[in-house]
Amino acid sequence: MGAVMAVTALVTSLLFLLLDSPRGNAREGRMISRQTLELAHGVSIGFSSAAGLLGLVALCVFASQTAQEYTYGTLRNLLVRQPRRLTLLFGKFVAMKSFALITVVVSAIVAISLAFALSGKANINTAAWTTSDARWSLIQTFINVFISVVAYGTVGMILGILFRSPIPAISLGVAWLLIVENIISATVKNSGKWMPGQAMTTIASGGDFNSSYLHAIGLVAIYLTIGSIAVAVLFRRRDVAN
Amino acid sequence: MTTIAISVKDLSKKYGDRTAVSHANFEVPLGTVCGFVGPNGSGKTTTMRMLLGLITPTGGTGTILGENINHPEKYLNRVGAMIEGPAFYPALSGAENLRLLATLGGYAKDQVQGLLDRVGLGDRANSKYKTYSLGMKQRLGIAAALLPNPQLLMLDEPTNGLDPAGIQEIRELLRSLASEGTTVFVSSHLLSEIEMISDSLVMLRQGKVIFAGKTKDLLLRQQPIVIAKCSNSNDMVKLLDIAKSAGHEGSIIDGAAHILAPADWAPALNTLAFESGITLSQLSPVLPSLEETFFEMTGDDQ
Repeated sequence: MGAVMAVTALVTSLLFLLLDSPRGNAREGRMISRQTLELAHGVSIGFSSAAGLLGLVALCVFASQTAQEYTYGTLRNLLVRQPRRLTLLFGKFVAMKSFALITVVVSAIVAISLAFALSGKANINTAAWTTSDARWSLIQTFINVFISVVAYGTVGMILGILFRSPIPAISLGVAWLLIVENIISATVKNSGKWMPGQAMTTIASGGDFNSSYLHAIGLVAIYLTIGSIAVAVLFRRRDVAN
Repeated sequence: MTTIAISVKDLSKKYGDRTAVSHANFEVPLGTVCGFVGPNGSGKTTTMRMLLGLITPTGGTGTILGENINHPEKYLNRVGAMIEGPAFYPALSGAENLRLLATLGGYAKDQVQGLLDRVGLGDRANSKYKTYSLGMKQRLGIAAALLPNPQLLMLDEPTNGLDPAGIQEIRELLRSLASEGTTVFVSSHLLSEIEMISDSLVMLRQGKVIFAGKTKDLLLRQQPIVIAKCSNSNDMVKLLDIAKSAGHEGSIIDGAAHILAPADWAPALNTLAFESGITLSQLSPVLPSLEETFFEMTGDDQ
């Protein structure tokens, strides 16, 4: 939870503190202007901007939690009590998503609190932040960020089951999202909108220059459905020998 | 109504070219204590994993409490098990770990403290698992196995890491469970302990069952020995000659004559020795222990 708060606080702070920086104050050096921040949805920009890093935290936590059932050997204890493996897997999924909800709530509280706290220093008029449009924007952003974090977390669980060890699960996930996707996007034209990590970040922001919200949701749904079915079959059939 | 707790027919498990368990056949009657012994790597844990539905057999069939092992959901609520050592969440206390498992299995949570008291962990119930010693972890594993108030208890090396007092406590616990009607299927390297508590035995070697039956039948199969010592050590060789003349081979081990002969021949040896002017200071017929039998049958003398 500390990582969640730290990540959110960092991104939100930079958004406001680097407002006048020529190097930009948002992802990939882009500029989110004072005028944009003063709009109704300005209150939730920091929150949605943190979603990518929040998702990485979720991926790491859920990959670790899932894989450690194998490395600790606790999975065999669980299976002796609940031999219906898919039931067990679904239960773990629900539990982890409940945890994801809590992290998103905490992130929202930190982001919005910091936004109000730093708005004065950044000379931002927050009149629009308390309107019904702003509240509606916040609700939409909350839902989008939650979907994004759940998606990242599910990727983490998939990797945890595949590799049965936290280190390779986390390493591969982080390496793919932070390095491989960026290399592919930079070298292959228009490939960014087909990358799962970028799609999950697009969902959090409700759509961006990469692709539309619907395209991102559809793409992530396809990837996660295929991945989930594959690991569900693997989990159900694989010998538990550790 | 079945009278058999565990029944296994041609049960096998192969990993590629390696056969871990080969055509195992044995039965464990209800309400008995059955020891499951074999050298390291003989397939004991693999067999137990197959019986608990953790791994899929390559061939053969089995039943647990009358239910096919392909459907563990039908019998695991009546089985308690600790396989290959205890495994719990380090950041949770012993009691929290048990409550979690009780919730998952649908068992009563109010029995947790009682179980911890029963295994000697009552005063450490709220300590984190990561602070437990090996023996304490083992005790927690046994407590977890008792959560479902099981008809069948399967334990893999339950006394591992326990001190002699702890080993005795576990032995008494298993005896009391058996007296209450629980079937106990326990693997152990402490053959002296297995010998003390087991009504029956299954012995594995290189994945194959080399004995399955009553413990006393196994021991009776082995060659009994009469151990004799002479008051005058110079008479030992003469004593062996007397035994040989009577058709019983023997040798001198640690200053005593070990003669391969049935127990009821001991009085005859005493008479023959006396008639030859030999005074015996010790004469005792001995059945080989399970440990000696085990070494002889498995060829594992470590």
